Amino acid sequence: MSTTPTSTGATRTGPTRTSPTRTSPVRALTDGWVVAKRNVIKIKRVPEILVFVLLSPIMFVLLFAYVFGGAIDPGAGLDYKEFLIGGIFAQTVVFGATFTGAGLAEDMQKGIIDRFRSLPMSRSAVLVGRTTSDIIYNVLSLAIMALTGLLVGWRVREGVLDALAAFALLLLFAYAISWVMGYIGLLVPSVEVINNASFLVIMPLTFVSNAFVPTERFNSFLRPFVEWNPVSAVTQACRELFGNTSAAVPVPDAWSMQHPVLYTLLWVVGILIVFVPLSVRQYRIASSR
Amino acid sequence: MSDMIRATGLVKRYKNTTALAGLDLIVPEGTVLGLLGPNGAGKTTAVRILATLLQPDEGTAEVAGVDVLADPMGVRARIGLSGQYAAVDEHLTGFENLEMVGRLYGMSRQTASARARALLERFDLVEAGDRPSKTYSGGMRRRLDLAGALVAEPPVLILDEPTTGLDPRSRQQMWAVIRDLVSDGTTLLLTTQYLEEADLLADDIVVIDHGRAIAQGTADELKSRTGGERIEVVVADVARLDDAVRALAVVAHGEVQADPARRSVTAAVEDDGADRLMRVLQALSDDGVELLDVGLRRPTLDDVFLTLTGRVAEGDDAAGSTTEEVSA
Repeated sequence: MSTTPTSTGATRTGPTRTSPTRTSPVRALTDGWVVAKRNVIKIKRVPEILVFVLLSPIMFVLLFAYVFGGAIDPGAGLDYKEFLIGGIFAQTVVFGATFTGAGLAEDMQKGIIDRFRSLPMSRSAVLVGRTTSDIIYNVLSLAIMALTGLLVGWRVREGVLDALAAFALLLLFAYAISWVMGYIGLLVPSVEVINNASFLVIMPLTFVSNAFVPTERFNSFLRPFVEWNPVSAVTQACRELFGNTSAAVPVPDAWSMQHPVLYTLLWVVGILIVFVPLSVRQYRIASSR
Repeated sequence: MSDMIRATGLVKRYKNTTALAGLDLIVPEGTVLGLLGPNGAGKTTAVRILATLLQPDEGTAEVAGVDVLADPMGVRARIGLSGQYAAVDEHLTGFENLEMVGRLYGMSRQTASARARALLERFDLVEAGDRPSKTYSGGMRRRLDLAGALVAEPPVLILDEPTTGLDPRSRQQMWAVIRDLVSDGTTLLLTTQYLEEADLLADDIVVIDHGRAIAQGTADELKSRTGGERIEVVVADVARLDDAVRALAVVAHGEVQADPARRSVTAAVEDDGADRLMRVLQALSDDGVELLDVGLRRPTLDDVFLTLTGRVAEGDDAAGSTTEEVSA
């Protein structure tokens, strides 16, 4: 080649803004929003996905209400269906987080990731976008479950504001768990693996909790785990905010159960502090293979 | 004139292979460099390093004056990349794909939208613009991907095997589009497995093999090193093979190769291929040698390789192969 290097500076630059190595938090949010919009378009184009996501909560409510409803009696004066709904809500948002993991695992296999990687966009945008768009799934599935619950006899016995607070807490918790599953989704090589991998985490987490069985029915070996399990705290918080409690079902003395809302919020913050940076790091690694 | 791409001593190793073994590249502003090599030569690895998708183990690279390691975001703001696997979202329409890319470059909604419409027009995708891109043909998808690379009008464009796997008509269309771009003064780095493509589009060609540049020059220079065009004749009677060799030797540049199994004789000619072919045919006709086939063909990547390395280019033929360098 005939040209010898003469100058190091570029004589032309792109019309885009000068970009530091790290993007600003504002950019991270707007880029995340753009990616979230892309995910929402997919929901519109492939509505079949939505159907199954929304049918399974209905199935859960009906199964537990009518199969276990006869077998488990939470205590005098409280119908099992009332006891159940808080637990089902908590379980469903945890299960729903698998969707985030699967979505990210799928994203990573698509050619579009190379486009994203070659753009001067925030490195966290794909993750922020995915976890944000998955809030829509959770809102829809909570709405459908609440309707199904009302049909089978569940009632909100506290004020509307308390009930809204319960739903807000569920969505926050769901959002945090989304980041955990998103991280797992980036670790696994394919969408098939994520469904099985997440099962290993979700089943013990939701069943060794007070979601379906009152805490005092667990043996003393499992009881501390049940009491300090964040799923128990979300469930307990929902029951209290919905007014689905009874003197016959005593609240355990553990601090986590006495302050379920605060304890849940601590978990949400803790999970985000750990898993947001971890996931962003894993995204860099996974996408540069 | 400054260099828009400058890479020095790029090395990238994988567990069992060395994808790049000290590659140097220079692309002056407003020129097109063709990176020519077979599958597994290291083309895609080089492209991914320059596009900041991959970090080199050794070596340095600057794109538009920005260091790829020190300021990857700065590089991303100045390049457009289009790979051999179209990086488009199949559920999004062509318009939505381009608008999203514009937004992710930091454009306002209006700017991104206007830019998307303009690009759809330019790439003949207006009618398909509001259909999900999974309904597109391979050629259309590739054009959409190229449009995506141009959203921010980057000063440097990197195209990784832009026509691999396309049918001949789509390939022609793609070439027309790329030539158009280049005439606008865009600096282009293009990888390809086809000498014809490099010949058509590139000002300068670097031939790479095993992660190293093995030759460099204009298409004409490379062709003359390869011996330019080749005359091939196939005789009806293998006993007349020697007569054919003698006839070709008169016009040949270098050695005449005879292949008794195929009853064929080939020889490279330096220039005036058609004229020399006529002379050969005249001589053979005068001699009464009956021919089954004659041809004048341009040198291929295989010919370049054969000349440069003494062996045929490795790897499968382009179209079907999907693994490429990264895993090779």
